[in-house]
Amino acid sequence: MIHASIAELRAALDARSLSAVELATLFLDRIERLDGQINAFITVDRERALRDAEAADAAIAAGRAGPLTGIPLAHKDVFCTEGVLTTCASKMLANFVSPYDAHVVARLREAGTVMLGKTNMDEFAMGSSNENSHFGPTRNPWDVSRIPGGSSGGSAAAVAARLVPVATGTDTGGSVRQPASMTGVTGIKPTYGVCSRYGMIAYASSFDQAGVFGATAEDCALVLSAMAGFDERDSTSLDRPAEDYARDLRAAADPDRPLAGLRIGLPREFFGDGMADDVRAAVEAAIARYRELGATTVEVSLPNARLSIPAYYVLAPAEASSNLSRFDGVRYGHRAARYADLDDMYRKTRAEGFGAEVKRRILVGTYVLSHGYYDAYYLKAQKLRRLIADDFAAAFARCDVIAGPVSPTTAWKIGEKSDDPVQMYLSDIFTLAVNLAGLPGLSLPCGFGAGELPVGLQLIGNHFDEARLLNVAHRYQQVTDWHQRRPALAE
Amino acid sequence: MNESHAMSRTDWEVVIGLEVHAQLTTASKIFSGASTAFGAEPNRQASAVDIALPGVLPVLNRGAVERAIRFGLAIGAHVAPKSVFARKNYFYPDLPKGYQISQFELPVVSGGAITIRVGEGEKAYEKTVRLTRAHLEEDAGKSLHEDFHGMSGIDLNRAGTPLLEIVSEPDMRSSAEAVAYARALHALVRWIDICDGNMQEGSFRCDANVSVRRPGGPLGTRREIKNLNSFRFLQQAIDYEVQWQIDTLEDGGTIQQATVLFDPDTGETRVMRTKEDAHDYRYFPDPDLLPLVIDDAWKDEVAASMPELPAAMKARFMEQYGLSAYDAATLTASREVATYFQAAVDAAGAANAKICANWVMGDLAARLNKADLDIADSPVSAAQLAGLVQRIADNTISNSIGKKVFDTLWNGEGASADEIIEAQGLKQVTDTGAIEAMIDEVIAANAKSVEEFRAGKEKAFNALVGQVMKASRGKANPAQVNEILRRKLGA
Repeated sequence: MIHASIAELRAALDARSLSAVELATLFLDRIERLDGQINAFITVDRERALRDAEAADAAIAAGRAGPLTGIPLAHKDVFCTEGVLTTCASKMLANFVSPYDAHVVARLREAGTVMLGKTNMDEFAMGSSNENSHFGPTRNPWDVSRIPGGSSGGSAAAVAARLVPVATGTDTGGSVRQPASMTGVTGIKPTYGVCSRYGMIAYASSFDQAGVFGATAEDCALVLSAMAGFDERDSTSLDRPAEDYARDLRAAADPDRPLAGLRIGLPREFFGDGMADDVRAAVEAAIARYRELGATTVEVSLPNARLSIPAYYVLAPAEASSNLSRFDGVRYGHRAARYADLDDMYRKTRAEGFGAEVKRRILVGTYVLSHGYYDAYYLKAQKLRRLIADDFAAAFARCDVIAGPVSPTTAWKIGEKSDDPVQMYLSDIFTLAVNLAGLPGLSLPCGFGAGELPVGLQLIGNHFDEARLLNVAHRYQQVTDWHQRRPALAE
Repeated sequence: MNESHAMSRTDWEVVIGLEVHAQLTTASKIFSGASTAFGAEPNRQASAVDIALPGVLPVLNRGAVERAIRFGLAIGAHVAPKSVFARKNYFYPDLPKGYQISQFELPVVSGGAITIRVGEGEKAYEKTVRLTRAHLEEDAGKSLHEDFHGMSGIDLNRAGTPLLEIVSEPDMRSSAEAVAYARALHALVRWIDICDGNMQEGSFRCDANVSVRRPGGPLGTRREIKNLNSFRFLQQAIDYEVQWQIDTLEDGGTIQQATVLFDPDTGETRVMRTKEDAHDYRYFPDPDLLPLVIDDAWKDEVAASMPELPAAMKARFMEQYGLSAYDAATLTASREVATYFQAAVDAAGAANAKICANWVMGDLAARLNKADLDIADSPVSAAQLAGLVQRIADNTISNSIGKKVFDTLWNGEGASADEIIEAQGLKQVTDTGAIEAMIDEVIAANAKSVEEFRAGKEKAFNALVGQVMKASRGKANPAQVNEILRRKLGA
């Protein structure tokens, strides 16, 4: 059951051959046994999980089960959960218990899922390695001396080690896709506005978007269908009819050429010399496989994509510097024990409460918004953002999905880039443009590089093309088994 | 130097611009559903959004926008089809998010003008004050520095209350003009029902930008007097500030740009902060809110719901009722007076408008003033006054009997003028025979006066009229008495 898909778990639960309580216990026990090596969880709430599982069993017994009733899951600790610690992996919120559920959390609770706990992350979702956590780094289940990627590294590692079947994440600059790639799981970040940001602690508001990790595109589709939807409390939430993101997966297709007619765009700029050889080999092999499935490939160009790093690392810190101002020690969270006056209280509280990377981005963001610098940095970056979005619009006139690498390399060693933030930022080169344009993106396992480390293939869709992206990933997973490989630790 | 020695204190021109914060009359806050009612227990009207819990998001209150549109239409301003909310970033304990949501580069209202009437009597003059802009923003909470034993308390009930900040051009040249403008604005926002104008509760707060210059010279350096919450303080603060600036300049000093506070106890202004320690607010568009779009349909809808504005009503009173400019201006100084007057005229008939005006501005105003009552709470209703006016106009009673009837109505001792006239037998005697009989008696009993009149003493005639009126207990129609008496005396 540890490796079963949601569909298989559903069948077992509905057949009453397995109770939701048994299922939750199975995974809770695994977390207890294995998470000491991975540190994927910040909080595990066994009592609450079992209570929710009992409720799920009651719903199943009463014939009121939905597709996700009784399915265990974990939430990234950026989502507010009523009555359970919500820390954002920060000392600042190490004691914070939210009085309300995030919209995504509420929707998944209403769908009958059983939350096992809250997963580790880079502090306030700032980072690409999960090393920036007040609760210590998360380790990659494939090689515990390596990072799992970030910032949703805890969720990715938990799914990869099968500590939980599915987990939520957030993707501001690649924070779902990159850790999915590095841990060998499937992860999708939908179009900006598909999932409500209400209750998702803001890092960079115009980029932040909830996503989900699972073993397969199918599992991701089932969870995304439940968590997406309009929320009037988020003004950037899109008022669109509900979608069944798994609908295309069930559609009949030519078994030999299920993707006949699909045009895959290959951005010239993604296949230059910015990619490690082992990543390139796996990605190109995956694209060759797509051709066998009936897809055609076409070269497209994203000439401004190279500017996504400077654009993103101006705009996201600018928004963050303002979003994180509320953490001031006045109303909740950490407050310095001793201070001379108000300014001293602010200074000490924030100096003690935030980690180095968060402080770095607050400083950068404050700088680029300052009088005399705003036009040169913030406005300029907004213009780049528009150019990058225009590049995608032009590319999608010639193709249906765009494919490429997720990360230039496989997972690196813990500590390897800790002293060089710019090197760390550069590793986001293939993921940032998607967030700048607000597009949906997905990472699916497509092979292994040196040292048996997973490599992910990135699929980028046009706005609202989540169902198509998931189907394109699903058809590949029907004929490959990369997504079924498990790290030794998980067996 | 020579110039300043040569010129006297009267050779200075005062330049004043006002910024007014008008609290809008919405039931709930501008970005949350919490109540805006005044006077609740501290922090009882602060929602998760108002206290800026992690993860919460603002949603714009349509009612606040509707009120901004009303204001824009009322002053003939440009109502922006697209305006933008921006974050104004600074740290203060009563500012929960660490930023205030306001509008910066693109305000909802720009331009427009208000005509003011300055001074009394023959020296009175009209002037047009141009407005720069009006923008929507949220109020901050309150810091309470008493009763907390060396600590400060924070009350966030006011946090998120909708404000319209109304900024004038520096068009005013004296404290009298500034007060006249503030009063006109105060009357207008109440007239169009967007602000209750309660200055004690802080619903209408003025900041005055004051500078002095040599006539025709460049603008002087301004100082901003903050938070003036009465018209008297506005006048006193400006007068003090102007004198201080002139004294400073004539003593060879210079004015530093500064924000100052007015102390009503000393009547002086003192510096709160100078330009050097001014905040860099790092304004940028709020990524949590979409641009505010106001289409023509919305503007038309608001326009259709607008009451007749004071300027239009004043012109109509002059045109339709033949009132003088002074009467029309007085009757439209507040919506309550205008509404009362209009109701009285509607009931008494347009032909009696002038009599209605005299009563509203005369006896009624005097009695209300003496009793310290608003016209809306007048014991004599507009319908009752109209009934009284009609009986005077149709000669049922004289003007002086009218005053008795008015007193009776004021004291609540009668439901209508007709009822009182009937009950007290106040109906004017117009029966020629009855009047002739009374006159005959008076002529017979006052031979001396008759003699004097015939000898050319006009005064004696008045004495005889007085005797007739006395005999009729004031009820004889004075015009008829005059006419018959003259005939009988053979004049």
